[in-house]
Amino acid sequence: MTTAPATHRASAFLHRHVRTRLALLLSAPLVWLGAIYVVALAALLVTAFWTTDSFTGDVRIEWNLDNIITVVTGGLYRTVTLRTVGVALLVTIIDVAIALPIAFFMAKVASVRMQRILVIAVLTPLWASYLVKVYAWRSLLSGGGLLSWLLTPIGAESPGFGLPAVVITLSYLWLPYVILPIYAGLERVPDSLLEASADLGAPAWTTLRTVVFPLILPAVIAGSIFSFSLSLGDYITAGLVGGTTQMLGNLIYTNVGAASNLPLAAAIALIPIAIIFLYLAGVRRTGALKNL
Amino acid sequence: MRLSRTARIVLGGITAIVLAVIYVPLLIVLLNSFSTSQTFAWPPPGYTFEWWIRATQNAGAMQAVWTSVQVALAATAVSLVLGTLISIALQRYAFFGREAINLLVILPIALPGVITGIALNNMFRTILGVQLGILTVIVAHATFCIVTVFNNVLARLRRVGGSFEEASADLGAGVWTTFRLVTFPQLRSALLAGGLLAFALSFDEIIVTTFTAGPGVTTLPIWIFQNLFRPNQAPVVNVVAVVLVVVSIVPIYLAQRLAGADSVRSRT
Repeated sequence: MTTAPATHRASAFLHRHVRTRLALLLSAPLVWLGAIYVVALAALLVTAFWTTDSFTGDVRIEWNLDNIITVVTGGLYRTVTLRTVGVALLVTIIDVAIALPIAFFMAKVASVRMQRILVIAVLTPLWASYLVKVYAWRSLLSGGGLLSWLLTPIGAESPGFGLPAVVITLSYLWLPYVILPIYAGLERVPDSLLEASADLGAPAWTTLRTVVFPLILPAVIAGSIFSFSLSLGDYITAGLVGGTTQMLGNLIYTNVGAASNLPLAAAIALIPIAIIFLYLAGVRRTGALKNL
Repeated sequence: MRLSRTARIVLGGITAIVLAVIYVPLLIVLLNSFSTSQTFAWPPPGYTFEWWIRATQNAGAMQAVWTSVQVALAATAVSLVLGTLISIALQRYAFFGREAINLLVILPIALPGVITGIALNNMFRTILGVQLGILTVIVAHATFCIVTVFNNVLARLRRVGGSFEEASADLGAGVWTTFRLVTFPQLRSALLAGGLLAFALSFDEIIVTTFTAGPGVTTLPIWIFQNLFRPNQAPVVNVVAVVLVVVSIVPIYLAQRLAGADSVRSRT
């Protein structure tokens, strides 16, 4: 009688024990995400209840609600939160409105060859450095920039630096992230469904509204998570084209860096975390999280 | 649905206009890389090759590109392994807590970068007492890159189904042999597409990097941020940006060909 080599026995064992196989598959990723990411988020939550030493600037473990109270009651934080959420929503609406017709053209109208070129055309700007793109907008929007050069002869003027510039620049930056999931969602809608709808007498607009849109809604929401979340935390764009406009990200950044008050920064950070969790909880049922 | 000719033309027109707007700022960067004005006055007062020549001699920029490549390669490697494991687990097995794990993978990309950044900064420094360095950047990047691999592999696994794997097991192949000869070849192009995205994501990341990089670690985005406002360096930044976009077209084209070949087959 010969005994099977150890590897065969291990393989046979794994084949019979589904749970062990699953545990082996999941252990490494879960240790990574759990031990690094979840612990880090939990620690951040805890830090919000600590304080800093006013002399050394070091974090002191002294439980209190001061930071939370400051953030909840401070007028500055309320204004900035409303402004940031407003900007994030506006950017998301603009991007979805622009992305829908483009994604539709790419997925359902363009030829296969054209489709490939368009996907490359949408993807390429993602590889251009984010900073350089923001900086390009800074020079576009500035006093002697292209926009005022174009707009002055027709009597209009460049919006300059400020809140509108932040909205324009952020919409520009995240547009490809919104186009791509919607395009992928439209690709998965079979052409035969659209033909069936037409054969049954539905005009194009009715087909779009009652057949296409419900099918791609999860993809639209997936795209919106990107533009919403990326806008919610941004502080670099606000710093470069926002003039004096402050977003939540700026407040967090200042408190980690210059002001060196990590507990207060952590308390402010709880605002976007809460908003994103509410957003994710709201869209979970639509299946959008599977389309990211 | 039959679209009228007008509707097709309008859709095509919108696409063309928006793409033009997307490319204007990039063209400005290209033009400015040749401009004699260091403050990028518009229209450029004159053109020169000076910045392109200077860029080739710029040791800081070269070093930063190399640091970014190392970080992106390491983060991509980690996310390829972890992303594949987790997507096989979620797609091929039914168990309690799948939804929670799905959310856990998405979270690092769904939460704003500044949150991930300060959370990891706080953990590395205050809780673990680790010195920030290149390793902390790699760990941070890998954490938010897992999701791109996960998505690509999950979509592929869903499409190809499990029947080939079952057939392989029925014919006597072990768990490892089945993975090596059946599952992996089916995943190869999805892994390449996911890996490319992960690489791109890591290569351009600035916010999380700012919070997790040690003082000596200068990735390309950090170098750009430091030099954007220096009159002598800003035009060199434009050159680097142009080169990156041009170089990036090759991997995008390759990924697209791979993904394109699949999607055309499955379109009808």
